[in-house]
Amino acid sequence: MKSDRRLVRKGSLEKLFEVLKGDNRQVYAPFSRNGRTTYRKTEKFSDIATDYIQTTQSSKEVSFPRTEKILDYSKNEDGMSVKGIEPDQIPQIMLWGIRPCDALGIGELSSIFNWDYKDEIYNNRLSKVTVLGFSCGKADEYCFCTSVGGNPGNTDGSDILFTQLGENGDYLAEILTEKGEKVIALSPELFETAGNIEKEKFLADVPVKFSHKEIFGKLEKFFESDEWVEQSLRCIGCGACAYVCPTCACFDIQDDSHGKLGSRVRCWDSCGFSLFTLHTSGHNPRNVQSARWRQRIMHKFSYMPERLSVYGCTGCGRCSRACPADMNILEHLISIKEAVL
Amino acid sequence: MTNNLYMPYQMKVERITYEAPGVKTFMLRFVNEEDQNKFDFRAGQFGEYSVYGVGESTFCIASSPTRKGYIECTFRQTGKVTNALSDCEEGSIIGFRGPYGNTFPLNEWKGKSLLFIAGGIALPPMRCVIWNALDLRENFKDITIIYGARSTKDLVYKHELQDWGSRPDVKLITTVDPGGESPDWKGEVGFVPTIVEKVAPSSMDTIAIVCGPPVMIKYTFPVLAKLGFSDENIFTTLENRMKCGFGKCGRCNVGKVYVCKDGPVFTLAQLNKLPDEY
Amino acid sequence: MDELKKRAKELLEAGTVKVVIGYENGTADKTRALFAQEAKDADKLIFDSRCIMNLATYLTKAEVKGKGRMAITATLPVMRAIIQLTSEFQVNDNNLLVLGITPESKMIEFKDIEEVESFVHKYTIEIEAKYSEKLEKLDKMTPSERWSFWIEELSPCFKCYACRAACPMCYCHKCAVESNQPQWIPVPSHDLGNLEWHMMRAIHLAGRCIDCDACYNACPLGIPLNLLTKRMLIDAKEHFGGYQPSIKADHLMSTYKPEDKDNFIM
Repeated sequence: MKSDRRLVRKGSLEKLFEVLKGDNRQVYAPFSRNGRTTYRKTEKFSDIATDYIQTTQSSKEVSFPRTEKILDYSKNEDGMSVKGIEPDQIPQIMLWGIRPCDALGIGELSSIFNWDYKDEIYNNRLSKVTVLGFSCGKADEYCFCTSVGGNPGNTDGSDILFTQLGENGDYLAEILTEKGEKVIALSPELFETAGNIEKEKFLADVPVKFSHKEIFGKLEKFFESDEWVEQSLRCIGCGACAYVCPTCACFDIQDDSHGKLGSRVRCWDSCGFSLFTLHTSGHNPRNVQSARWRQRIMHKFSYMPERLSVYGCTGCGRCSRACPADMNILEHLISIKEAVL
Repeated sequence: MTNNLYMPYQMKVERITYEAPGVKTFMLRFVNEEDQNKFDFRAGQFGEYSVYGVGESTFCIASSPTRKGYIECTFRQTGKVTNALSDCEEGSIIGFRGPYGNTFPLNEWKGKSLLFIAGGIALPPMRCVIWNALDLRENFKDITIIYGARSTKDLVYKHELQDWGSRPDVKLITTVDPGGESPDWKGEVGFVPTIVEKVAPSSMDTIAIVCGPPVMIKYTFPVLAKLGFSDENIFTTLENRMKCGFGKCGRCNVGKVYVCKDGPVFTLAQLNKLPDEY
Repeated sequence: MDELKKRAKELLEAGTVKVVIGYENGTADKTRALFAQEAKDADKLIFDSRCIMNLATYLTKAEVKGKGRMAITATLPVMRAIIQLTSEFQVNDNNLLVLGITPESKMIEFKDIEEVESFVHKYTIEIEAKYSEKLEKLDKMTPSERWSFWIEELSPCFKCYACRAACPMCYCHKCAVESNQPQWIPVPSHDLGNLEWHMMRAIHLAGRCIDCDACYNACPLGIPLNLLTKRMLIDAKEHFGGYQPSIKADHLMSTYKPEDKDNFIM
């Protein structure tokens, strides 16, 4: 559908927030703690963090929680009772303040969960999320959304995209989907008619650092390169990059047992961990960190584009900001681009 | 939820067969008849078997799709889940979800001879194909099975080996590693690749199916090449670590190929194109 | 640090070492590990107050060790870690040359590990005042307040194990959290499991932690994990006579002494 453009006064945002909270809905918004900004269920408008370029964690938890029940079981005298998770147990979520790169990431994550087998647990959660994106007026050296198909005012994945018209300015609201229209219907008076607004003027400048061909084309022949070892010497093999990433979907399945009751859960895992691919026999196909680092880059920039026709990266830069060893994905991609085969 | 991919079928352990030290075969029946009627699989596919409260483990379906009404699996006690499975008794309820993965193309093999080469605990993924082929015996020419294990006690499906050995339409060669023979052992003594070279089966119109530990596979492929088998006519299965079974959990890929979806069955020609990451 | 650059260059040119582990400028005003393998790489070496990552964590990493004989830029916490790792047979003295950086930012090249130890022993491990205050505050809380404090702090933990990966003492190929027979610690991230994981890690580090704050600095969520390890440090001192890493010393927590207190047994 063609987007409907409205103007929302700066002072109306709080009213909108209050309206969104009602009626069996939860608002998830950026919240700062210990110097980090992450999304969490927010009750007070004043709790919402505003001074951040990018949140530490992505918003993927709303559709792909770090730990998620996939079934409950109970052992009883008659045997075993096993129950799935019912969709009505999943709350409606208003996802407030996500960046266009995160909104783009929703599509990339969905492509994994719907590749051939449709993951209804994921889809059910996502169907209950309304995405209220906020364009970027600022960017930093870690941002590279424009190199992977996004941009600071990209509408893909958002139900409504807000763009602030200058510092302390009002907001342009682009209503992009039916879910977005439902939000307007909650409080139509907050959405005024917008005149001619040149949105691009208010967006951050994020220069393009590489083209699809320069990376995708290169990686096809790059598997055996020594570059992987040199890049990954610094990598300490934690899962921080994967866990802050909006599109990393690797998971483990574990049973959480409490006597006769318990659940089976799906929980985040990372290809960076040394035991991730370890066979029971002791054989490990990716037995060194360079092989695991290669997997991370190849998966996002070669395998996913080839198999799912999307990148596994939105250029949000979170992995680089979060990395305790300063593995900077953009820097490494550029060195792949520049490497001589 | 209508379609929870992770929801297992409830299976009753109907019969437990002790195969070798630490190795058991379970015959599993669907608790719900409806599940049973819906269920279908083909040779080579695998599933996730689970003990509630402990977890899931991946292995193949070891019975033939021609035998309806039940499935069988054979596993060795090695990890948390297989230990818990091993503690199950006849009548226990376990979980099973599947089938996943691709299959051995038995239809394309019609009219050809089949050569099965297996080592140790890798006979189960092949047993499914062997019984499938034997149940449709008229579709194939010669059927040869070369099976080796570390020692006589490590041979699995001992009763079936006897059965196959006594059939006039199957040529069975069993072998144990040097030093693994018992005083009454009548089979061969030697490593599988050596025995394959010695038996020298014809490659004429023949499909070779090879399953075994990596080292056995590594040394068997060159022997087959010497015997004239083309890479397209050599099949094997990969057993990478996996959790979901359907292309999402991110563990089993070898380059861009997902063992759970594109495999586990591959020809040597396909394997040659993959990076060395399995 | 021209002295450091010069020496690193000489060592690499002479082939005395195959790699010099040091710091270089990273992205956005961060510093990071540099693995200089050719003399020209040594020009990138830096040292300043931003260089806080504990480089000793790389000494047990296969692909780094595989390069051959190593030299390492070692601040006091790095030296302490090297000594502790040596005493746990994780670092081979013959394979390592220590280019020490004194608290006054002077370079000292040590002849052997004994020299490193004598140098390190000139300094005791002191808990910084800002942390002592926080720990005192925690001490004064009631058990239920303390419980809430830790649940609140640890519940955001998503178990990326950056704390473990950055810690020079967490070198186990298979960590207790990954042992599943029995399953000591639940794998998924949830309040109780997170608490169990961090308590278990802190206890495994008691009497071994060299107080470098690497765990806290590495945590992408800024969880004050070093409050746990510092608590352990204080308790080890109080109950078992203090801790100074030494290649000769008995391991504080794994060596029984008749005079050890047993008042923790109910």
